[in-house]
Amino acid sequence: MDLKDKLVSSFFAVEDYLEDSSPLHEIRNEAIKNFEQQGFPTKKQEAWKYTSLNSVLKHNYSLFPKQETAVEYHAIKPYLIHDIDTFKIIFIDGKYSSHLSQTTHEGMDVCLMSAALSKPKYRIMIENYFNKAANKESLTSLNTAFATEGAFIHIPKNKLVQKPIQIVHFSTGSEASLMLQPRNLIVVDENSHVQIIERHQSLTDNPVLTNSVTEIFTNKRAIVDYYKIQNDNLNASLIDNTFIKQKQESIASVHTFSFGGNVTRNNLNFYQHGERIDSTLKGITIIGDKQHVDHNTLVHHIEPNCESHQDYKGIFGDLSTGVFNGKVIVEKEAQKTNAYQANNNILADDKATINTKPQLEIFADDVKCSHGCTIGQLDEEALFYLKSRGIPEKEARALLMFAFSNTVLESVKINEIKRRITKLIAKKLGVNIGFDL
Amino acid sequence: MAKYTEDDLREELKTKEYEYGFYTDIESDTLPVGLNEEIVRAISKKKNEPEWMTEWRLESYRAWTQMEEPEWANVTYKKPDFQAISYYSAPNKKPKYESLDEVDPELLETFNKLGISLDEQKKLTGVAVDVVMDSVSVATTFKKTLAEKGIIFCSISEAIQEHPELVKKYIGTVVPQKDNFYAALNSAVFSDGSFCYIPKGVRCPMELSTYFRINQAGTGQFERTLVIADEGSYVSYLEGCTAPMRDENQLHAAVVELIALDDAEIKYSTVQNWYPGNSEGKGGVFNFVTKRGLCEKNAKISWTQVETGSAVTWKYPSCVLKGDNSVGEFYSIAVTNNFQQADTGTKMVHLGKNTKSTIISKGISAGKSQNSYRGLVQINSRAENARNFSQCDSLLMGNECGAHTFPYIEAKNKTAQVEHEATTSKIGEDQIFYCNQRGIDTEKAIALIVNGFSKEVLNKLPMEFAVEAQKLLEISLEGSVG
Repeated sequence: MDLKDKLVSSFFAVEDYLEDSSPLHEIRNEAIKNFEQQGFPTKKQEAWKYTSLNSVLKHNYSLFPKQETAVEYHAIKPYLIHDIDTFKIIFIDGKYSSHLSQTTHEGMDVCLMSAALSKPKYRIMIENYFNKAANKESLTSLNTAFATEGAFIHIPKNKLVQKPIQIVHFSTGSEASLMLQPRNLIVVDENSHVQIIERHQSLTDNPVLTNSVTEIFTNKRAIVDYYKIQNDNLNASLIDNTFIKQKQESIASVHTFSFGGNVTRNNLNFYQHGERIDSTLKGITIIGDKQHVDHNTLVHHIEPNCESHQDYKGIFGDLSTGVFNGKVIVEKEAQKTNAYQANNNILADDKATINTKPQLEIFADDVKCSHGCTIGQLDEEALFYLKSRGIPEKEARALLMFAFSNTVLESVKINEIKRRITKLIAKKLGVNIGFDL
Repeated sequence: MAKYTEDDLREELKTKEYEYGFYTDIESDTLPVGLNEEIVRAISKKKNEPEWMTEWRLESYRAWTQMEEPEWANVTYKKPDFQAISYYSAPNKKPKYESLDEVDPELLETFNKLGISLDEQKKLTGVAVDVVMDSVSVATTFKKTLAEKGIIFCSISEAIQEHPELVKKYIGTVVPQKDNFYAALNSAVFSDGSFCYIPKGVRCPMELSTYFRINQAGTGQFERTLVIADEGSYVSYLEGCTAPMRDENQLHAAVVELIALDDAEIKYSTVQNWYPGNSEGKGGVFNFVTKRGLCEKNAKISWTQVETGSAVTWKYPSCVLKGDNSVGEFYSIAVTNNFQQADTGTKMVHLGKNTKSTIISKGISAGKSQNSYRGLVQINSRAENARNFSQCDSLLMGNECGAHTFPYIEAKNKTAQVEHEATTSKIGEDQIFYCNQRGIDTEKAIALIVNGFSKEVLNKLPMEFAVEAQKLLEISLEGSVG
């Protein structure tokens, strides 16, 4: 039985188990139909032209782990931002782990999707927001059909959240192979500000496939900073679908750091429903081996006077493949739009591949839109300059590569993350130096 | 003088009908409509082709029947009914003429209306003109001068008769019969086209040019062009088109193959001004063209195109940079107005070492038109030190049109250096104001700015074409200020 059939047939088991009469019932049923019709995406589809899921889908994933595995704090500590105080929502094999987490209901909700879906007091929130930004594509639909657990964050009006929120999904390897489908919903009301860090991590080498969907709503003048840290081991694959619906004057930024994983696909979608919105999409990708990272971004400019900034840097070594597929759509009402898109890549090895497709679709005339895309090497003269000053070749290269990706790091607002990513970059480039020389 | 407002300009532009829309009544020898193996055989027979050519056509036809019409392009149109087209029509009054006096006066009149006076061109420009009127060459000039140098420049049907070894060796090598739906169709039914062979080490002394026209009602035109530049030779080839006004959609599916052997250079320029349909988007030519060039060692192919006509354009002149140190260039201006749709761009496939390619594409959209750039730059794993620079700029006039960019970049070699940049903008009010202030009226100012915007491409055109192209830009765009 292939994975698709398995998913469809076990869907009904889930439906029975949930014994659900809520409006979600309908959404789920429609979603599974969508998925059944479309199936898993193949390379024949334009959006998946450069990414094949075949190697990922061949495992016989178990969909519901049979037992709960206890994990000690020290085992997961290295993967957490532990030097600063944060809220934590931690999942082990898809199940919420209360003793590792730190959630709150004081003045805001930092809690669980399962709670939000079942408790009557969240009913209105769910009706207004759940599945309202996500699209109907097959993988998103698949997640919707199985959406039971994940993070639910609601920040009410005029609230500055003092601590960043960490959402971390661990898989323990208690199953031979596991498929996870977390579903996050984040609603930030007027004038509020929140910082969120998301990470998926497997603790063993057993294959894991994560198909995650995150919906983020930023209301008027809200500010959301979102960081995705992807440094999983080589048997873990991630399909991350993020949908951000922005209202007027809100500011949303997503930074994606992709260093690990087998196949990583980031579908990042911004929808601008209001004027004077600012959207930022940035990413650093440094991979090797046979890794594959695909950034598929969409910024939909619907109303006037908005801005979007995209900046993706990639360094590809060994047999790795990088894909960037950025799309900017400017509707005809969206006059005075400023949209920038940059994608710079370095191929570090002969067997590495980069496929990039920066795409603009513009229907308004009074706009400033540009995109730039390069594939190149390090400047030999700059390298020589460093070497002539006594810096060994490897370190010199690493320094230049760090400088290359630094434009993305500069806009990271949490210093602790900056410090960690810097360390990760050094590790990834195989050098032992701090870059804050 | 009453103030000439933007609205007036827009109105004038809208009502500007196709100036070259007329129709010459020449008796034609037309095959019945529809397409099947019999028709393919009949076309081949009419042209008195050898057996291998007939087989080649049939092979293409069989491949075509297995293929589906492509739908990936960013255009929408009513699909042509391939069984409602007549695949062959030839002007009746043959044979060929040695001098202009013998040419059908009605035909000459047509060319005069187009401003292409054969004798004038003969004298003034030194351009050899191979006029294709409804698929069959009617007049070929300057043939003798070319023959002295050993250059073969004739219609492809003539080439099949007289130089079968060359045609057999090269036809279908760059654009295989099964390459795509329209290429297969063309391979099966091509009526005529041009053939050009430049021998080793010869520099063609004049610009070669062909004027294509679609004339007979309901006749699709399936041109086939084959240009072969042997080692160390050089040729500059021009192609320009205008077509009579028609209400029904006319299909044009041409195939152009360029072969540049070691150290050779081919420069291929096109000005295309087919009937784009009227201001409601009715009528107009469908232009689905496959153009591709193959570069051997140290060879260079340069495509320059000015696209202002056609209701739907679907065209990607490409270069396969097979030999080491070969160079591919693509310079394009695509102007769309009213309901026109253009999906055009290029493919640069880098296979050899030290290969270079340059892409400069300028898109101008006005009215309710859609203009897309679609390009592929592919650096294969053996293409050491490949270099590409791409730039696509779009200019939008009004907010009912659209500009789209779909650049595909695939690199598999670490020494590759690829740059791509694209911008979208409109004509600035400050730019217009600056011109107005200096006594240049708005219309002229736009022409000036658009000319400046497209200068990089216009500069690449041969002299004769540059003038024509500038005029075309003005006709297509004057008045459409955003």
